[in-house]
Amino acid sequence: MSETLNRQEVVAARGVRVTFGAVKALDGADLVIHAGECVGLVGHNGAGKSTIVNVINGGLSPHEGSLRYSGNDVRGISAARANGVRCVFQELSLCPNLTVGENARIMHAELKGWNWRGRALALVETQLQDIFPGHAIDCDSTVDDLSIAERQMVEIAISFAGISAPPKLVILDEPTSSLDAGLAAQLMAYIRKFVSAGGSVLLISHILGEILSTSNRIVVMKDGRVVADRAASEFNNRSLVEAMGNVVREQELSRKAVAKSGAPVLSMPARRGHGHGQAKALPFEAYRGEMIGLAGLGGHGQTQALLDLYLARNSNWFPTKKRDIAFVAGDRSLNGTFPLWSILKNLSIASLDQLSSKRMIDGDREDALGEGWKKRIEIRTPDMGNRILSLSGGNQQKVLFARALATTAEIVLMDDPMRGVDIGTKQEVYEILRSEAANGRTFIWYSTEMDEIRLCDRVYVFREGAIVAELVGEEISEKSVLSASFAQGEAA
Amino acid sequence: MKISSGTIRLIIPAASLVLLLAAVFYMQPRAMSYNGLNLLFNLAVPIALATIAQMLIMSVNDLDLSMGTFVSFCACVAATLLQTSPALGILILLGAIATYAVIGVVIHLRELPSIVVTLGMSFVWGGLAVLILPSPGGTAPAFARWIMTAKPPLVPMAIVASILIAAVTHTIVMRSSFGVLMRGVGGNDRSVERAGWSVIGIRAGTYALAGLFAVLAGIALVGLTTSADANIALRYTLLSIAGVILGGGEFVGGKVSPIGAVIGALTLTLAGSFLSFMRISPDWQIGAQGAILIVVLALRLALNRLEKREKSQ
Amino acid sequence: MTIQRLLVAKPWIWSFAATAIVWIITVLFTGGASSFGLSQAALTFAAFSVIVGIGQMFVITLGPGNIDLSVPATMTLSGTLALKLMDVQDGMIVVGLLASVGIGLVVGLGNYILIKLLRIPPIIATLSMSFIVQSVAIWSNRGLRIKPPETLAEFATSGLFGIPNVALVALILSAVAWVLLEKSIYGRWISAIGQSTFAARMTGIPVDGTRLVTYMLCAVLASVCGYLLASFSGGAALNMGSEYLLMSIAVVVIGGTAVAGGNSNIPGIWGASLFMFLVVSMLNTYGFGAGVRLILTGTIIIAVILLAGGRQSGR
Repeated sequence: MSETLNRQEVVAARGVRVTFGAVKALDGADLVIHAGECVGLVGHNGAGKSTIVNVINGGLSPHEGSLRYSGNDVRGISAARANGVRCVFQELSLCPNLTVGENARIMHAELKGWNWRGRALALVETQLQDIFPGHAIDCDSTVDDLSIAERQMVEIAISFAGISAPPKLVILDEPTSSLDAGLAAQLMAYIRKFVSAGGSVLLISHILGEILSTSNRIVVMKDGRVVADRAASEFNNRSLVEAMGNVVREQELSRKAVAKSGAPVLSMPARRGHGHGQAKALPFEAYRGEMIGLAGLGGHGQTQALLDLYLARNSNWFPTKKRDIAFVAGDRSLNGTFPLWSILKNLSIASLDQLSSKRMIDGDREDALGEGWKKRIEIRTPDMGNRILSLSGGNQQKVLFARALATTAEIVLMDDPMRGVDIGTKQEVYEILRSEAANGRTFIWYSTEMDEIRLCDRVYVFREGAIVAELVGEEISEKSVLSASFAQGEAA
Repeated sequence: MKISSGTIRLIIPAASLVLLLAAVFYMQPRAMSYNGLNLLFNLAVPIALATIAQMLIMSVNDLDLSMGTFVSFCACVAATLLQTSPALGILILLGAIATYAVIGVVIHLRELPSIVVTLGMSFVWGGLAVLILPSPGGTAPAFARWIMTAKPPLVPMAIVASILIAAVTHTIVMRSSFGVLMRGVGGNDRSVERAGWSVIGIRAGTYALAGLFAVLAGIALVGLTTSADANIALRYTLLSIAGVILGGGEFVGGKVSPIGAVIGALTLTLAGSFLSFMRISPDWQIGAQGAILIVVLALRLALNRLEKREKSQ
Repeated sequence: MTIQRLLVAKPWIWSFAATAIVWIITVLFTGGASSFGLSQAALTFAAFSVIVGIGQMFVITLGPGNIDLSVPATMTLSGTLALKLMDVQDGMIVVGLLASVGIGLVVGLGNYILIKLLRIPPIIATLSMSFIVQSVAIWSNRGLRIKPPETLAEFATSGLFGIPNVALVALILSAVAWVLLEKSIYGRWISAIGQSTFAARMTGIPVDGTRLVTYMLCAVLASVCGYLLASFSGGAALNMGSEYLLMSIAVVVIGGTAVAGGNSNIPGIWGASLFMFLVVSMLNTYGFGAGVRLILTGTIIIAVILLAGGRQSGR
């Protein structure tokens, strides 16, 4: 590994700060990428990885700090593209109804004029052959007809392809999430070749083997800052996990061990995950009065597991006679609040059957319910008749909690509900959850925050769509969750 | 060699057209002639043009409920002003196309439901048509009459025109750069925007192109009927939507097929003749059209399921 | 400030204000002589739009893409079959009404079966359904014009204390619909589904069941309206429903119901229905033809949706 001091800076972000409301997504982060190097970027949920990627690709303007592309101070997506920065996003961003060649046409505006189809095809074809030799993708077929892995390969190939000049920096956000081990190894080999030819790559992956074997330098992020930035050779699996974790703060919480009693109230057989680096999958079980955490990196199947648990116990055709399961949404605007309604209506919607006689809602009982919960969880509003959107995000989330807790449901599913909520509100909600659990309610809690996972009695860690570890009581620590979330397997 | 899903989507409409045509020939062998074919498919030309216009709107995930009144309006303009003072007529039709582009932009900018906006526009076009031509009448412009009644050798005009329409629109929608962008907006407008294109511009262009084809539909219709009235093409709204769907198009996701749309329009035209040859009482003809629509949709659903199952294996 | 808030909170005030203005202008023009007759006619014809409009409103409340295009065919079929069944006998009036409610239930069920089974957008499902329903109507009509039973015809064309009976029926149906929307669990459910189907599902609402009931309700209201309209106009005609397709959607939009779903508004439907009728008669009094009337209607619809859409995105 040669010294990189005198190399040209492709992108330099220094002292970048980005805040979303009260949340500091980036708190003075530095990330400099030179020509001819592959930088590995690791960190747990909420460390600021995707925020800094968005800053570098021009999608997000930093509130403070400097951002330079090859020394030029320009901003915006098109400026980033003009400076040779390309990004392969975690969610696939091809047009599913177009062919592979047509997608290349959309991504590369230079592909115009006579016979652009032929040139687009040749371009993708050679690039695919370069990266994944021996692939069997027909570039004339519609993206819809390709498998998920093939789509990911196509998207990577289109991003690495250059018409007039090759890209300077390619950002790969979990590029191997749907590739099998062989394809992932081919991609890693290509990255090394691309880098040795003078290009640069920013690689984000939950498979530490890939990061360790492919990067020249590894940047570890935590709480919106860069906490380690060293040559890859100075790390190994263990030291990398340790660098991501928080060694200082591991205070003990008084956790009473709840004995598993009786039959499980909820269970789900083990399911196979996707992707490589797969370990043995475990089944899911929940017992009365337990607080169960679902941990792991975001998007590894936790939300899907919650949805499956919920939808299997809810008819789409007939009103439920006795509600035994409730759901607290994480993405408020997408699947939580009803924006046209008042706070009260948003709160009472799930428990209308208790508030009505002969299917007609009793207004007084509804008001009483609203007042009761307003006091209990301190919703900060002068009038429960105000619109839900007049509340702050944290208070809206409290209403969603109250909606679930006001029902008769014995089981409450929570889909990372504390995302973007201020610390004060969090403490209040934790208190309520503890007392409700003591009363015999079962909570199943997907959280991306370590502090919340540590509140749970038992934790299932998800990776690539499957449960890969079960942690009980004292075993629940940041270190054990992290090491289960990241596959250790040596790739390539 | 794998068959692409686009080709599979064309099989059902093409097969239903062939089947229907065979049934008509079987029942009415005299139809198997130059004049017979011309009679069977004559009315298909304006319907095919209107179906293409509707398909363009549907390719960007919208729906145009004003298609029928707009084609009627264009027919009225073509039968009156385009005949008496061509310059003014052309100006009005160009203005109508520009209005379509504006509607496309407004729907996008204000995030309005296209169904309701075009519903409102259907009243406006209908009113304008009544103002221009209060009672049925007018005369077709000579050139429209000439084109629609031309008798090319071997193959009747209706077939030639349909093939021509299919070829031209296939080039625009499936082969050209603009077509790719247009369908890209329907498939995933965020990624088109992220690649640096102007989605507003693409939508305006799409709507204007749709307006152009609807204008052509109106002129072709007048060329066939020689006169117009304000309600001449009201059925076209529903016919055009049904034609696109029959031809394998989808309501969302930018999945459209111009060849399929033309086949769909031909099938719908033929279905009318078929039902009358079947001696199905006129009472049930509309109902039979509804049933045909349902059967084709059910077939397509079955095919999609099959395809999905194969893919997941 | 308070007035402004009232106008935002109660958008139907607009349609009533507009109605009042148009009424005054028309009456002034005719020298006040026609005020009673004009109001009578307005109430009668508005009543029919109100009845179908309420059903369409319930469907539109379910959210984007939900619309029932089978309304006119259902009206025609119900009017035709009910009159045929009653066969001018006064004793059959109730049977005829029940039959037309039954027709509504069947059509609504058919609509939702198509939507769900074929997974096609409601617009094309209800359209295919309407073709079949229209055919049944044509087949059963056979060009014969059967008169309604005398008592029923008498009821449909007369009034109580100067208010037309059909308007009273519409008023009662509106009151029932209002209670359903504002006070019942069902009303909460359709509003929730209209705002976010996924969130509604995740709060435990049986989404498919609720949508099915709504499509059936809409079809039942359309057939009741067809029954009344046929009785009012002295017989069923095959095109009797045709103008109510666009009208039912137009009164819902002008009445201030959110086209994006989730928000419905019954007083607004009354205001919009009266307004639509009065605009027509005002233009007639001033000697304007159908063309201007149509253009004005379209312009009003677009203006209303532009303003309403702006309000929503402004938040």
